[in-house]
Amino acid sequence: MSRIAATFARLRAERRLAVIAYLTVGYPRPDATPSLVEAAARSGADAIELGIPFSDPLADGRTIQATSQVALKGGMTVARALEAARAARATTDVPLLFMTYLNPILAFGLERFCRAASDAGIDGLIVPDLPPTESADLRRAADATKLDLVFFVAPTSSEVGIEAACRAATGFVYGIAVTGVTGARAHLDEGVLPLIASVRRHTTLPVVVGFGISKPEHLAALEGLADGVIVASALLDAIARSPQDPATQVSRFLRELRSAPAR
Amino acid sequence: MTGPDQRGRFGRYGGQYIPETLMAAVEELAAAFHAAHEDEAFAREFEYLSRTFSGRPTPVYRADRLTDQAGGAEIWFKREDLCHTGAHKINNALGQVLLARRMGKQRIIAETGAGQHGVAVATVCAKFGLQCEVFMGVDDMARQAVNVYKMQLLGATVTPVESGSKTLKDATNEAIRDWVTNVRSTHYVIGSAVGPHPYPLMVREFQSVIGREARAQMLTETGRLPTAVVACVGGGSNAIGIFAPFYDDPVRLIGVEAAGRGLNSGAHAASITGGRPGVLHGSFSYLLQDEDGQVMPTHSVSAGLDYPGVGPEHAFLNDQHRAEYVSVTDEQALAAFHQTSRLEGIIPALESSHAIAHAMPLAAELAAKDIVLVNLSGRGDKDLDIVRGSSGG
Repeated sequence: MSRIAATFARLRAERRLAVIAYLTVGYPRPDATPSLVEAAARSGADAIELGIPFSDPLADGRTIQATSQVALKGGMTVARALEAARAARATTDVPLLFMTYLNPILAFGLERFCRAASDAGIDGLIVPDLPPTESADLRRAADATKLDLVFFVAPTSSEVGIEAACRAATGFVYGIAVTGVTGARAHLDEGVLPLIASVRRHTTLPVVVGFGISKPEHLAALEGLADGVIVASALLDAIARSPQDPATQVSRFLRELRSAPAR
Repeated sequence: MTGPDQRGRFGRYGGQYIPETLMAAVEELAAAFHAAHEDEAFAREFEYLSRTFSGRPTPVYRADRLTDQAGGAEIWFKREDLCHTGAHKINNALGQVLLARRMGKQRIIAETGAGQHGVAVATVCAKFGLQCEVFMGVDDMARQAVNVYKMQLLGATVTPVESGSKTLKDATNEAIRDWVTNVRSTHYVIGSAVGPHPYPLMVREFQSVIGREARAQMLTETGRLPTAVVACVGGGSNAIGIFAPFYDDPVRLIGVEAAGRGLNSGAHAASITGGRPGVLHGSFSYLLQDEDGQVMPTHSVSAGLDYPGVGPEHAFLNDQHRAEYVSVTDEQALAAFHQTSRLEGIIPALESSHAIAHAMPLAAELAAKDIVLVNLSGRGDKDLDIVRGSSGG
């Protein structure tokens, strides 16, 4: 059983919502990532998504655009992200996933990338500009190296699109909570609930909700409905407010996110 | 050679590399485009407005003094500079906005580099009373200020884009992000033969009126087909529009990319002649990227060519050797701009000046019986400040 599947099986038995923390590799400093992964895992993150920065992140809002630019200016590359992942893996056993756009993977070489990611201790891949219809080559490379490959469903997805994503995905299905790009939002869009229900009709894989997740209230609203949440921009915003001590920010943010919602 | 296939592929190029949020929208768009393409009423409306609003057909013109200067083949221009709004961009803007109306979309967004596509879209939106927002890099807004004002006069909102290189690539990123957010109400009018399927196909079909007219006009005026057709290539919409109707003819097709300060300078925008295949803005094609797959900053004196990617059909034509791709520097383009102004009484756009700059030495190598047809894709009014500020004058 993959590390991702084992984690969701355990959390399902405990009836707990998984929290997946997203970190841009090389943000806020080139060498920051391993210690932030360690801090996140100790502060309640059940899995961690490591974003390899890309120059043109067209599914991302302002926060991840900005963190990607900082990381790229600091010299982050695919090779260095692999080293950071390896160092992060040495600190924790939680599942680690790479999130990046297709072009850096193509430039590195699909098979070479998957092999190197798997060797570094990565468990899965998330590629937001790769729909199932274009994924055959990466799927082969991921399968050969035992990496899970996650696909998305969105509020605008057709039933056919939802079915295709559920059939193509391994690890979990990523439910996009808003019609829009990434970025912290005040309210959870109610439209995500029927989307989760649609996914359940097509797969027994876990459903994880991301885009806009920023508050304990959002987690409370998804408790018992989704299998997990991804928190990205809100966590990076917290780091940006106090970049000299990012590990403390990560720990505090994740602990507060897990606390009971304010009433 | 009338691709793409069902999945939007020209050989290995093209495809749909987009976020899931947009998948249903591009599928709906492909279906609407195919339905419109089969519908004679749509074709009639497009033809009627092309004639009465855009000013089609545009003439072909024998550039006598440039021909004498080159001292070889005859040089002819397809006069897209005479279109309403000053460039071929109106053809695609009109086609896509008509399609958006058919799909019931009330809001139109577009990206623009030089501002010609933005002005064309704002123009058609004004005509139909549609809400219009144009994304434009702040650097381009500075160098194309007149076009910004034109778009505003036409009732469009021009949204400055501060991210990345602050030019066309980033304007396209922002337009895509807006589309991801407002996809239910909004149609995104991509201005070049780039983007996910069905855009490259759609843009080619709306722009191929250029080549259909030019082919028939050259036969009428000269009794024969041109030896070569030359067009500038940024994303490649004017080039694909004039090339496509010549695919089955024994005619050389030559795309001219922007070599900026030179291909070895690192400051250029020549995707095919200086890049390698990758994925940007929804399709797989030639791309200016570094070793790590990051998209590189580009440079061209011409804002309309200042883009790191190129339409997937051009990538395919290049690999099939059906078209040739070459490049021309800023300096050469500026020289052609001045030469054409003085010798022909036509002030060409800096984009089109790249095509002329290649056509001159090409004509010199060819015989007097040969013909070089240049797509004069736009007029140069928008470029006067840039040219005045350059040393070439």
